[in-house]
Amino acid sequence: MKPHENLDPLTIGGKAYASRLLVGTGKYKDFAETKAAIEASGARIVTVAIRRTNIGQNPNEPSLLDYIPPNRFTLLPNTAGCYNAEDAVRTLRLARELLDGHELVKLEVLGDPRTLFPNMVETISAATTLVKEGFKVMVYTSDDPIIAKQLEDIGCVAVMPLASLIGSGMGILNPWNLQIIIENAKVPVLVDAGVGTASDAAIAMELGCDGVLMNTAIAAAKNPVLMASAMKKAIEAGREAFLAGRMPKKLYSAAPSSPATGMITPSGAKTG
Amino acid sequence: MALPCSNARFAGLPAAMISISVNGERREFEAPLNCVELIARLDLGGKRVAIERNGEIVPRSQFPGQVLLDGDRLEIVVAVGGG
Repeated sequence: MKPHENLDPLTIGGKAYASRLLVGTGKYKDFAETKAAIEASGARIVTVAIRRTNIGQNPNEPSLLDYIPPNRFTLLPNTAGCYNAEDAVRTLRLARELLDGHELVKLEVLGDPRTLFPNMVETISAATTLVKEGFKVMVYTSDDPIIAKQLEDIGCVAVMPLASLIGSGMGILNPWNLQIIIENAKVPVLVDAGVGTASDAAIAMELGCDGVLMNTAIAAAKNPVLMASAMKKAIEAGREAFLAGRMPKKLYSAAPSSPATGMITPSGAKTG
Repeated sequence: MALPCSNARFAGLPAAMISISVNGERREFEAPLNCVELIARLDLGGKRVAIERNGEIVPRSQFPGQVLLDGDRLEIVVAVGGG
């Protein structure tokens, strides 16, 4: 594999994307910062939320889509804030209409406003409906390998287990579950939620994730644009390390990197 | 109650008013009113919006033909920042 990400695209629902980093557009200071961070991240898929429009306010108020134009990015409408299958399905039907028939969506049904843990019963119900209606569903899930497999069997185009809770920045708390999910999956597996800094993203990719979706880790950094750039590099580095195949871990090695022979004094063979 | 507007005009009566719920808020409008006119009256002209009427999506191509009725429940949404 040559070290160019375009030769190693992320394919979701039959379409190839040049970046394995997916980013959200929430929590930024303003749209200019949103745009600058997204540019720096190199992301091709960008999540948006669907909300009631403000009525009776400034009609010239700028719109997110002026800064993140749908012809330059693949917008991924989400169902963040939905707590049942019905609301999530309604939201994504509206999103499809809003984005001119666009079918790629992110399904996320929450179960608890304090922790933002997903409700997997409602998620499975919504995913079933959405797949039947022709949506290409990228689904946020707990890191339960059985649930992840069920979501794949329903027809979701990507499964997106949490690394830790949304907005927590706690990093990858259960790499073992992620590994089992990745091993079982025939669709792309993306870590969605919990990444706090660049090393977390690199670890996710080294585990064999196909991509990472993040928002807060970039938006809540002191310098979001710089963190976006760091994440881009971490995703690329982690992916290349995964493809390269890491050396096995061992407690110690009797094989130093420098030759053991040809030392100017025979006793020098003791050093590395 | 809302008279069909053509009848009201024919009879020389004042324009009929209809009450519509927009994003959970009740609002009065002069009838007749289609989705394009509603968008204009709400100062949303030129914005990319999607409309759900009584639980059903209204395709954008049908905005001009969708005549709104008294008691309709509308959701009008836009894309905003989110993760």
